[in-house]
Amino acid sequence: MSAQATAGQSVGVAMKRKEDPRFIQGKGNYVDDLSFPGMLYLALVRSPYPHAEIKNIDIAEAMKVPGVKAVITGKDLEAAGLGWLPTFHGFDKQMVLAIGKVLFQYQEVAAVFAESREAAADGAEVVEVEYEPLPVVADPFTSKTDKVLLRPDREGKTNHIFHWEVGDRDGTARALESSPKRISQRMWFQRCHPAPLEPCGCVAYFDTMGRLQFHVTSQAPHVYRTALALVTGIAEDKIHVISPDLGGGFGNKVPVYPGYVCAIVGALKIGRPVKWVESRTENLTSTGFARDYHMDVEIGATEDGRVTALRVATTADHGAFDAAADPSKYPAGIFGIVTGSYTFPVAHAEVDAYFTNKAPGGIAYRCSFRVTEASFAIERGMDILADELGIDSVELRRRNFIKKDQFPYPSALGFTYDSGDYHKTLDTALEKIGYAALLKEQAEQRAKGELMGIGVSTFTEVVGAGPSKHFDILGIKMFDSAEIRIHPTGAGIVRAGTKSQGQGHETTWAQIVAEELGLDPQTIMVEEGDTDTAPYGLGTYASRSTPVAGAAITMAARRIREKARKVAAHLLEVGEADVEWKDYKFQVKGVPAKVVTMKEVAFAAYTNMGPNEPGLEATYYYDPPNMTYPNGAYIAVVDVDREIGEVKVRRFVAVDDCGTVINPMVVEGQIHGGLTEGFAIAFMQEIQYDSDGNNLNTNFTDYLVPTSLETPHWETASTVTPSPHHPLGAKGVGESPNVGSPAAFVNAVIDALSPLGVRHIDMPVTRDKVWRAIRDAESGKA
Amino acid sequence: MKIAVKVNGSTYQRDVESRTLLAYFLREECGLTGTHVGCDTSSCGCCVVVMDGDQAVKACTMFAVQADGREIMTVEGLATNGTLHPLQQGFWDQHGLQCGYCTPGMLMASYALLKHNPKPSEADIREGLAGNLCRCTGYQNIVKAVQQAAEGGQG
Repeated sequence: MSAQATAGQSVGVAMKRKEDPRFIQGKGNYVDDLSFPGMLYLALVRSPYPHAEIKNIDIAEAMKVPGVKAVITGKDLEAAGLGWLPTFHGFDKQMVLAIGKVLFQYQEVAAVFAESREAAADGAEVVEVEYEPLPVVADPFTSKTDKVLLRPDREGKTNHIFHWEVGDRDGTARALESSPKRISQRMWFQRCHPAPLEPCGCVAYFDTMGRLQFHVTSQAPHVYRTALALVTGIAEDKIHVISPDLGGGFGNKVPVYPGYVCAIVGALKIGRPVKWVESRTENLTSTGFARDYHMDVEIGATEDGRVTALRVATTADHGAFDAAADPSKYPAGIFGIVTGSYTFPVAHAEVDAYFTNKAPGGIAYRCSFRVTEASFAIERGMDILADELGIDSVELRRRNFIKKDQFPYPSALGFTYDSGDYHKTLDTALEKIGYAALLKEQAEQRAKGELMGIGVSTFTEVVGAGPSKHFDILGIKMFDSAEIRIHPTGAGIVRAGTKSQGQGHETTWAQIVAEELGLDPQTIMVEEGDTDTAPYGLGTYASRSTPVAGAAITMAARRIREKARKVAAHLLEVGEADVEWKDYKFQVKGVPAKVVTMKEVAFAAYTNMGPNEPGLEATYYYDPPNMTYPNGAYIAVVDVDREIGEVKVRRFVAVDDCGTVINPMVVEGQIHGGLTEGFAIAFMQEIQYDSDGNNLNTNFTDYLVPTSLETPHWETASTVTPSPHHPLGAKGVGESPNVGSPAAFVNAVIDALSPLGVRHIDMPVTRDKVWRAIRDAESGKA
Repeated sequence: MKIAVKVNGSTYQRDVESRTLLAYFLREECGLTGTHVGCDTSSCGCCVVVMDGDQAVKACTMFAVQADGREIMTVEGLATNGTLHPLQQGFWDQHGLQCGYCTPGMLMASYALLKHNPKPSEADIREGLAGNLCRCTGYQNIVKAVQQAAEGGQG
């Protein structure tokens, strides 16, 4: 598992991670580890009401608390022109501190700056806010009626945020009507939260040159810099964003949060560094949540199980502000991947999004912009269709898969799938889990009245946003970038516009450079997250790092190789055309004895470059020609306790095809982690609100993260279908397991309960819901 | 209150507010930022340290004053003279970490676990680490890491 690569093959090697020595010795450098002389702490006053008018804010008592230096409110910010910040989606804005009213429970109302974190908390405790409660809109269906208008600040006087649709509405309707078989199911993909173990936070200060030094938990530091320049009016060269080690992100650390703006304002106003680190409760109640899609899924099919049409109509709950952080042309993300791995001749998808008195978000939690919702809809839908047709769900999938020779495949909703071999991937999973034997066992168990289920999910993802003609955030195209410098001794540094949050870029980026240049990955340093040194990039989320920045690194390395070839020709005393790159060295064509290594060339590039420009460095900005389409076949086996509704995941096999693998150890680790998050979403996690708008899952005793005890044992395998357009053939993997697995788990539970006639249970599939479903089914029978 | 706490072999004498949590005492008074804070409810275990040689405690759930006169070992105290502890080596070799935020707590909880049970089964390890959350690894490689350290016979 832990072979050490040296000069020679690097891509595909399970190299131990270069970043680990600091983490295992407690030398990681996270935002809350930072301390600067004179640093103040910021605590936020938050609203106990989901919807209320603010009659008055009295800061007098707070100012008397020892150590409190200042308190600011929305009015102060508004006066400074900083009352609102644009959301990354670009079509909405969000209050930094409440102005006039609050729109969700735990909304930021006032900011208290003090000498210690305790004094700041004491000050926040005694800021007196007088509220006049207003009627609460706690779900999108109530919101739809517009009886209570939540956002009168917006031009359109409605709670409806947007309507988005793709595909052939009329053709799909006709195809569904004329289909001999048809299923429809309402599925709610619940509101959940990425909850990285490190909460969000920042330290802001203005240095002696008047430059903003902003250390922040950001998955996209360059976008932050530009957004801050646009919002604050500070020239972009006077802003230095540093994203240090991140303790997980999972999409939660993409948006800009009010606490960040308050810290910057405090640092400016008071003239001292300000630290803000949120609590777990603040994280779960106010920062970017995910999903909350109510999806009506309809599939048409022939009698023999050929799909004829797909229609999905979604009602989306975006909370108080549209802070979904989707690319600007994609208000519903890349939901159009909802046709999945199947040859739908026609399809239509639409999403209507609404404001509610709930926390803002809709971010991509370990997901490429609404792809998890789409994947769940189609993979649950296919199982319901199989049930309706009386066909084994594996057989139904097989009959409808896009075949290997159909790629590049144009989907009914406008994507061009790059590559895949879905039959092979599924067969690999079936063989690994012993599907035939499981079916036999299941029949025996059912005969005894036991509830055993087998759930399959054969998903296709779309990641690597994205081609500039389609994808931008705040207008900035979603390319990514790399800059590589090879030093005279053959060591080097690569900098990229991405930002690892645990993905292992310090290792895998070095492996790419080492592979392309025949160098030792141990002597290739990787640096990310510093906007002064890294080339401009859009950051790490939506599984875009390897598809986009990984490609940029490859292309920059190849540029270096071309430059090095000229130096090699000089050293070998032949023409450049006579030099070839072979076995990680330059050699004279046909003369294997005449070689120079990249290390020798690197030294020559600074000491004996001949007629060539000195130095050995390159930059590349990569604009992907297409998205990449990782896919997989997942199978879950569960046993359900009929008496108490408890579900035990007996086995889980995940076969992933993410194209070329750079580090199989890292990829397997990503799959383990993603499956665990998928397991959590399927069985445990929900941010619930009651009808009065109170958040019921405000900490880790109510919002459950699986422990080592609940988490199943994961069995993994892979197939490799390289992406034809990525320079390494890589597709990205970080999110596949989280995208693909929830449907496998739920399909397994429903399969277990199918003898009772249970057709669907919304996630999280808790013991309580399963027990009720069994009880209702049995009492219905009785 | 005036307290004296021995941390990784050095004694720290400080005058602290009685409400100061041990986690913040270690991070801010001792400068040992390897001990992390990830929740407010004693759920996540990012802050686990070892007290008096073999007791895993959540440093966010103890006041610094409760550690007066006690010996605390943090992640910074695991390696000796630049040599990684077998648990650290195990986590590195087995890819038992990704973002690294839970890792110090995992290491210290594992350290206490091996002190009490030098040859734990997989079930023992999973039970022993059930007070420590990880969002990245799915625990499988963490279990392998602890097994590697245990097999080396140097809990």
